[in-house]
Amino acid sequence: MKETKQMSVSAIQNGTVIDHVPASNLFKVIQILGLDRIDNQITFGTNLESKKLGRKAIIKISGVFFEDKDINRIALVAPDAKLNIIKDYEVVEKKVVEVPDNIIGIAKCMNPKCITNFESVTTRFRVVSKKNVALKCHYCEKITNQENLQII
Amino acid sequence: MKNRSLVSIDDFSTEEILKILDLTKEFEKQPIRKLLAGKVIATLFFEPSTRTRLSFESAINRLGGKIVGFADASSSSVSKGETLNDTIRTVSNYCDLIVMRHPMEGSARFASEIATVPVINAGDGANQHPSQTLLDLYSIRKTQGKLDNLNIFMVGDLKYGRTVHSLMMAMSRWNTTFNFISPEELKMPDEFKLYLDNLGLKYYEHNDFTDIISRADIIYMTRVQKERFSDPIEYEKVKNVYVLRNSMLKNTKPNMRILHPLPRVNEIHQDVDNNPKAYYFEQALNGVYTRQAILCSLLGIK
Repeated sequence: MKETKQMSVSAIQNGTVIDHVPASNLFKVIQILGLDRIDNQITFGTNLESKKLGRKAIIKISGVFFEDKDINRIALVAPDAKLNIIKDYEVVEKKVVEVPDNIIGIAKCMNPKCITNFESVTTRFRVVSKKNVALKCHYCEKITNQENLQII
Repeated sequence: MKNRSLVSIDDFSTEEILKILDLTKEFEKQPIRKLLAGKVIATLFFEPSTRTRLSFESAINRLGGKIVGFADASSSSVSKGETLNDTIRTVSNYCDLIVMRHPMEGSARFASEIATVPVINAGDGANQHPSQTLLDLYSIRKTQGKLDNLNIFMVGDLKYGRTVHSLMMAMSRWNTTFNFISPEELKMPDEFKLYLDNLGLKYYEHNDFTDIISRADIIYMTRVQKERFSDPIEYEKVKNVYVLRNSMLKNTKPNMRILHPLPRVNEIHQDVDNNPKAYYFEQALNGVYTRQAILCSLLGIK
């Protein structure tokens, strides 16, 4: 008889679990939150089955608790993300992300004549619509909508 | 307004706009004053715009200021591959204020953030050209005696026309009624109509304006450019519909004036020029006074 092997991702003692990340945007979330530049223990799984998203990813970060303003930066790439805040192996708080009022340095302006596409300028947008995301460029004043949204 | 930049007309409150218009009136009465003596103004024209540049330089000269700069990018370090960032940081050291025209949209906002001196946007691509808007507002107030409750006709290219968009946004502060007259392909974009809807202002769209011209207080003409049309036959069909002729002005209001940002090609027939209702050349003269007022406001001299 064959032994069934199972890989388990261990639970974290203290930290944050980010669930319901679209699998295709996992690495963008990692990049936006700067998880590739910290020393904390991180485990992630991707292409996990999800009824809601098709394929989802999950990230567990040990010893990190995010401020709302920081975590909301992932709203453009993971609008349905849910956060579990873990203390002593227990979920002490659940959070959802919310599209912030301003987006700095994450999205690309869709206007090919915008200065941000020619010089090294940190992009800045005011969010003019949160439901169907629409961003107004601080520089060229043109609107970038959800269909044309590109993450830098 | 001292040490502020003028990038977009929306940067200034209604009160600040009116202050500049009042100051413009002072300069109209007495345009030659040495208020900029000892000051150096940089005029950086990364794309050529003879009219705007000459108007600014005339304003600076009449105020006794000195000018450094270039008239097109080929005669500047841009042709050597210098970034806008480096040009602005360097030129900031040489002058008290920068006037800039640049083909990229948002370039003026960017420049204003890195410059250590005030920046006046003299046109950033299709985006903003606020000194034009201010001189348009001055011309309207001067000819109508007020800015409130006017009926403004905007004619021609309302889709790409930067000046009509900025003027429309600015005039929306004074309960204006708008009539937009353009070919189908060059209609006022939805985002601007939505803006008026949200303010509850009235606007009407037409393809022709011969029947309704008697209602206008201001007719703001713009060029319908051939290259804007995807189908050249469409251009041939409409090119004569948006030409203003002297015979059309018979039943217009006595206070009505015709404005045009210039240069004109054929959209205002030359037989209109001698009609007292033609105001576009005086409008260009007002541009010099308006720019004198802007320069002095941003430098904190007036």
